[in-house]
Amino acid sequence: MISKEIVIAGAGPAGLAAAIEAAKAGAKEVLVVDLNLKPGGQLFKQIHKFFGSSAHRSGTRGIDIGNQLLTEAKEYGVEIWVNSAAVGLFHDRIISIEKGLDSGEKELVNIQAQKIILATGASENVVRFKGWTLPGIMGAGAAQTMINVNRVKPGNKVVMLGSGNVGLIVSYQLMQAGCDVVALIEAAPKIGGYGVHAAKIRRAGVPIYTSHTIIEAKGTERVSEVVIAELDRSWNPIPGTEKVLEADVVTLAAGLKPISDLVRLHDLKCVYNAAFGGWVPKHDRNMESTQPGIYVVGDTTGVEEANTALEEGRLAGVAAAERLGYLTQTDASALKDDIWERLDGLRMGPFGEKRMVAKNQILAAFPECAK
Amino acid sequence: MDSKFDDDMLVCRCEEVTVGEIKEAIAQGARDVVGVKRRTRAGMGLCQGRTCEKMVQQILCQELGISPEEAGCSSIRPPARPITFGTLAGGMKE
Repeated sequence: MISKEIVIAGAGPAGLAAAIEAAKAGAKEVLVVDLNLKPGGQLFKQIHKFFGSSAHRSGTRGIDIGNQLLTEAKEYGVEIWVNSAAVGLFHDRIISIEKGLDSGEKELVNIQAQKIILATGASENVVRFKGWTLPGIMGAGAAQTMINVNRVKPGNKVVMLGSGNVGLIVSYQLMQAGCDVVALIEAAPKIGGYGVHAAKIRRAGVPIYTSHTIIEAKGTERVSEVVIAELDRSWNPIPGTEKVLEADVVTLAAGLKPISDLVRLHDLKCVYNAAFGGWVPKHDRNMESTQPGIYVVGDTTGVEEANTALEEGRLAGVAAAERLGYLTQTDASALKDDIWERLDGLRMGPFGEKRMVAKNQILAAFPECAK
Repeated sequence: MDSKFDDDMLVCRCEEVTVGEIKEAIAQGARDVVGVKRRTRAGMGLCQGRTCEKMVQQILCQELGISPEEAGCSSIRPPARPITFGTLAGGMKE
C-alpha cells in the first residue's frame, strides 16, 4: 500500500479544480485518477462556447477550459493517472485503484489517503420504449463523445429525443459532423433548452416535434425506423398520430443521474433529490460528506454544469488543504467565501434557481446525520 | 404511459429481465429496487444496474404508487467496476 495526501477520483472540472486548489495551497502529494484515457471529463467534447458570466469564462469553449485546467494542474505538480478506475473505498480512507500501466496491463493499487475527494460525475438516463435496446440507440452524450473526441460518426440519420440544451447542442454538432438530424422529439409542450440553440437547428431545417414521443424503434441488425406519436395533456400517445421516421441512430437526451458507486460503497449518507437527478450524498459547506475526510463535488453531488462543478471542486480543495494545515483558517475562510459567492451567482435565474433550492435542501439535511 | 410498459420490453439488458418479470416480482412481494434485484437479477449484470436502476425504480413507483425515495437504490459492493481476477490477485503484493 502506498500513501498520498489527497486522492481525487475523477479528472473532470470538479476533480481538477480541487487538485489545483489543494496543490496551490501547498499540498504535496495530490493524485487524480480517471477511468478514461484522457483527463478533462466532459470538457473536451464541449467544442461550443459556454454561456454564463464573464467570471466563468463565458464565450470560452469547454475544450479550452479543459486544457487550461490541465496546464495549471501540471504547473502545481498534480499527478494524474488515466485509464485508472477507483474500484473500492474502505475504512480509514483506503481507496483501491485499478491502475492502467503503459504496457496496457492493469495493476491494483491500494492507497492510504489523508483526504479523498469524489468527483465521479454523472451518467445519462435512458428512456424506455419498444426496441430501446437496439444497436444505434445511445445517449446524446455518448454520441457527442463519438463525434467530438473519437471522430467517429454514430450513423447517418439521427432522431434526437429531448430538447434540453444537451439535445439541442448535440443535434447541431451531429450536423457539423455530417449527420442528418431527421427530427428532434420533445414530450413536453415546449422546448426545454435555450431558444438561441433551438433557433440554430430550426434555421438548419430540423423539424422539432413538441408534445411527441418515441413509441417504438424498429430494425433487425440495428435501428432502421422510429415510430413517433403525439401526446395528449396527460402524456398518453394519441392513437392515429403515429409517424414513421427513417433513421439509423436514436440519441437520448433525457437528463443525467449522479454516479454514486463509491458513495454507496462506503455508506456515505444520501438524500433523494429529484432536481439533482436522484440519490446524492449529504455534505456540508466544505463539501465534506458524512464520512470525515471524504469530500464530494461536482455532478456527484447533484447534476448541474461545468462551472458549478469547478467551484465545488475548488471548495473541497481549499477545505482539504486547510485541514491538512496548509492554509490558516482566516485564509481558507476568505477563499471559501469568494467561491460561495460565485456559486450563489451561478445558481440564479430561471434555470439556476431550482438548483439553489435543491442545494440548500442538501446542506440543510447535513446536521441530522451522525459524524 | 402504459403502452411504454409492454411486458416483453427489456429493462435490464445485462441479465435480460423484462417489464413483465419485474411486475411479477412486485406481485410476489418486491417493494424496492433491492427486492426486485434479488428476485429477478435485474441490476446484477456487468453494468451493475447503472442503466436500468432508474427504470426499475419507475416501474416500482407506477405499480405500487410509491415515491422514488421509497423505491430506494441498489447496494454496491467492491469492486465498483469489473476487474479481472489477475488484477485483483496482483494487488496482494505490498
